[in-house]
Parts: sequence; C-alpha cells; structure tokens
Amino acid sequence: MKKVLIQGNHVIGEAAIRSGCRFYAGYPITPQNELTEYMSENIRKVEGGTFIQAESEIAAINMVLGASAAGARAMTSSSSPGISLKQEGISSMAADELPGVIVNIMRGGPGLGNILPSQGDYYQATRGGGHGDYRTIVLAPASVQELADLTMEAFDLADRYRNPVMILADGMIGQMMEPVVFGEPRPRKYDESYVLKGAGNGKSRFIRGLILDALKMEEHNWKLHRKYQVIEQREKRCEVTGADDAELLIIAYGTAARIAKGAIKRSREVGMKVGLIRPITLWPFPDYVIREFSDRAKKILVFEMNTGQMLDDVRLSLGGREEIHFYGRPGGVVPTPAELAKVIAHHYNNNRPPDED
Amino acid sequence: MEDVRNNMKKVFGKPESLKDAVFHYCAGCGHSITHRLIAEVIDELGIRGITIGIPPAGCAVLAYNYFDVDMLEAPHGRGCAVATGMKRTLPDRIIFSYQGDGDLAAIGTAETFHAANRGENITVIFINNAVYGMTGGQMAPTTVLGQASTTSGPGRNAILDGYPVRMSEILAQLDGTKYIERCAVNSPANILRTRRAIKKAFRYQMDDVGFSMVEILSQCPTNWKMTPINACRWIDEVMTLSFPLGVIKDLKGKD
Repeated sequence: MKKVLIQGNHVIGEAAIRSGCRFYAGYPITPQNELTEYMSENIRKVEGGTFIQAESEIAAINMVLGASAAGARAMTSSSSPGISLKQEGISSMAADELPGVIVNIMRGGPGLGNILPSQGDYYQATRGGGHGDYRTIVLAPASVQELADLTMEAFDLADRYRNPVMILADGMIGQMMEPVVFGEPRPRKYDESYVLKGAGNGKSRFIRGLILDALKMEEHNWKLHRKYQVIEQREKRCEVTGADDAELLIIAYGTAARIAKGAIKRSREVGMKVGLIRPITLWPFPDYVIREFSDRAKKILVFEMNTGQMLDDVRLSLGGREEIHFYGRPGGVVPTPAELAKVIAHHYNNNRPPDED
Repeated sequence: MEDVRNNMKKVFGKPESLKDAVFHYCAGCGHSITHRLIAEVIDELGIRGITIGIPPAGCAVLAYNYFDVDMLEAPHGRGCAVATGMKRTLPDRIIFSYQGDGDLAAIGTAETFHAANRGENITVIFINNAVYGMTGGQMAPTTVLGQASTTSGPGRNAILDGYPVRMSEILAQLDGTKYIERCAVNSPANILRTRRAIKKAFRYQMDDVGFSMVEILSQCPTNWKMTPINACRWIDEVMTLSFPLGVIKDLKGKD
C-alpha cells in the first residue's frame, strides 16, 4: 500500500469512508474542523454517502442514532465542549444497543477552555459520559497512523458489540501531518437483525430505551453489564516499551505517551532504566498489564495532560500496592520531552537507596 | 335461514397498522384518535411495510405499543434529527415523527426548525395540547395566555411567561417546508379534516415533495381539568383564537 503524508483529522475521515461509513453529521468546532470539511467533500462521492452539517452537536448525534438504526455505518465528531452536548445521544445509543463512532479531538477545558491539545475528557469518556449505567469503548491513538488503524477498528468494534465507540485523541494528533499507510478494511460483519427498514409483510419491531417496569429495566442493565464484561475480557489493548528491565515505569496514553517516549530516550541515554506502558484502549483499561510490569518496576509515574484522571485507573489496577507518582500539565499545555525527562530523573534518583546516591 | 352476515359489508374496523392493544391514554384524550387516523392512512396508502415511526418523549412515548409499524424511539425533542438520519439512510421508506408541543416547540425547536429548513422529506405529526401532559400539566410553549397550568397557576402571563409559540406559522416561513396545516380532533368534522391532512402529508412524502407537518390541536381533559365535552368546546372557543385552523402552506407542484 502507498504511504501518504496526511493530516490527522483527514485520516479519520478517509479511514472512516474506507471502512464503509456512509453517514456523517458534524458541527464546526476547533480543533477538529478539518474532519468535518473532509467528510463534506468526500463522503458524498461514494454511493449512499450522506454528509449533514448539523444545527448542533445534539442534532448530529441523534442523526447518527437514526442512521445507525437504519443500518448505516455512522459517525460524528467534535471536540470537548461539543462532546458534552452529545452525551444524551451517546447514552441513548448505548441503551438502544446501536453501533456508532464518536470522535473527540480533545481541547483544553472545563467550559469553553481553549483550542489547545489536552486530555481533560478522560473521565467523561471512560465512565460512560452521559446518564445511566453504561460504557463506551474508548480508543486512544498516539500517531496519525494509529488514527487510521483505530478508526477502522472502531467501526468493527461498534458492530461487534452494538455499542458506541469513542476515538479519544487531542488537537495535537488531529492537527499534525504524518506518513500513513491505510490498511485494508475488513468486510462488515454484523448481526443485522436489529436494523429497522420497515416491517415489510412481517411483524413490526421497535427500538427503545424506555423501560418503565423496574425489573425489566434492571434486566436490561444486567444484560448491558454482561456485554461490558465480555468487552473487558477481550478487548484490552496496550503498547509496552522497555518495561522488562524498567525500574521506573511510565504510564501515559495518546500525545502524552509520545512525549514520554522522547523523555525515555533521553533518560536511557544517561543510564536510567525507564519503560512505558501505553494504554490503547482506555475503556476497557489494560489493568493486568500494568499489574504485571509494576511488580518488577520500583516506581510508577503516571503522566497525563490533565490533573490526574487515568491516575485513578492505575490506582485501581494496582489496588493500593504501589507508590504512584503523577506528573500532569492541564489546560492545553504540551510539555516537552526534556521537561518530562527532568521529572523522570527526579523520581528515579529519589528512589535509589541512600548509599547509591 | 340465510346468514345475514354473509351479505354485510365491513364499514368499520381496527386498522391493520394498529396492534391489538388498548390505548393507555386518558378518557377523552386526542392522542388515541390521532393514532387511529395515522394508522388508517397508512393502511389506505398501502405503506405499512415501508413506514417507520419516530415516537417522542411525552404521553405518546409508548406509541410503539400501538402502531404496528417499525418504530424508533427518539430522545426528547430529537424526533426530526433521528428522522433525518433514518430518511437519508433509507430514502425509499416513509418516515414520520410524532411529537408533542414541549418536544417539538421547546426542547426540540432547533432540530425541528433545521430539519424543516433543510427540507427533509419527512412527515411530522405535531400534537398541540397546550400543556406538558405526561409530566402532569406544566405550562407548554403553546399554553395560551391566561391558561392555568401547574407552573402558571394564575394563568399564563405574557410579561412573566412569554407568548404561545405558533410553530406552524414559523416553519411556514422556511423555504424548505412544502405543506403545513393546522387541524383539530375535537369534533367529527375536524377529525375528518385531520385525516385528509395526514393523508396529504404522507402522500407528499411518497411523491418526494419535501417537509410536511400536520399540527393537531388535541384535547387534554385531564390536565385542563375539564370534562371531555368541555375540553372539545375549549378548543373551538379559546385555543383556536391563538391557533387558527387551516392550511398554512401548500406548495405542491409550485417549484
């Protein structure tokens, strides 16, 4: 396959169309506008492709809900404040067990915040985000290539589990250009039985999230829960780099993990044994991998572009057994590898027994 | 003796597009009449197998228990957005959204307005009963001035509460809308007019004419705290002063 130099936001659009996405609705918000623009230009070129510039994020996600129930591979995208607006629809799609892909190119928050890269939406993404007992699968790419791969993967996962899937990236990955090779999308395999196309000559069906009877609603919740348990068993993913001999283990995802790789390179050059675990799925969280490697490492450093959100999942993974350090830069600040290398050195050296100092 | 039943012509029966279910609506409510009219029209047009309905949040939230057509529940107010996604994906299906006044004219104003403005080829059935029915009778965007509700106790006051919203007239201003009519289901004559309007709206969608909406003034004796008869009279004597009946826009064949 040909390697092309392409911007992150464009890659999502191209990978989605190649994956058979035929319905896209979006609303302008920085730093993801290039994705909406790409879809407006390109999805209509394919048969059955629909682009709608929606009147709001709420409308966009509800259009996706309708398109998904009608059998389309459907996607919407936004950035942090817009994702807050979409939560009503995401909760409804989870309740209705409808597949769909939601892209969040995160920016600084809370509130309107700013338009710079941030990772402040981790809690929102991994805890469901809207009301009710539900989860969305959350994929965290750390490169433009991975944006291409995970966008294709997102549609497959959404179909496989009939659940919304979120791609959680940030303004840095969305805006940067990198060389990409598009993989071959797998043919769409899914159980079509839920799709509404009109009853034909048969029995009519309906899709709904309203279940007034408490016991039936409880059963629906347990049914969803069992599905989430299967996803937890099967779909945890992460990248492990230099963790075998690591005395200090960094846990970081997305853009933060890229920065960590640069910092680790510097640290290794001066003899510090530092490794990285990079969760690729944020929900389900790859807790067992962190457990496995933390037994060997003396120290854990969680690094995020927020005030410490994935930190909670690392703590839960380790059950309070380890001393866990945290370094974070919220609000759209993107630290340099050199800055993080200093933090690494500080923790690494403090961890030495006194006679080695 | 000859069985007279063999010579009898069936002149009235349950529409095929309704399930064998008993409506949960209050005595005298306009929803059940409207459901029946829609089902009769679907039968008559022979489109049961290709029709998908979008019920709202509100009294009609359980409409999928009554209509024997495929149905997809929309979050509160989002009927026109959900219908847009469906219709664009399945352009040869007939998509109707069924919405109340809070759903369509308050929380879902934006979705309704912009689906209308895009000229989505869908049909909207808009039940205007001037009150939030399911939640117990709060003031709606269409509550008329002076009308008492649980959140406008002394009666709707224009200075404090604003004015009743005339969505049909507002949407008629948009180039994307093709057919809008306001009807009522408070008398046999009005019910027949409503039936004709619903049929025309579905017909237009089948002919790819564009966005159509039938607003239906619908009695709510329970929350208006009236007898069904008085509720029907109140539509004629009070409600139609704010919401005059008739064709508001009909552009078939004009463009």
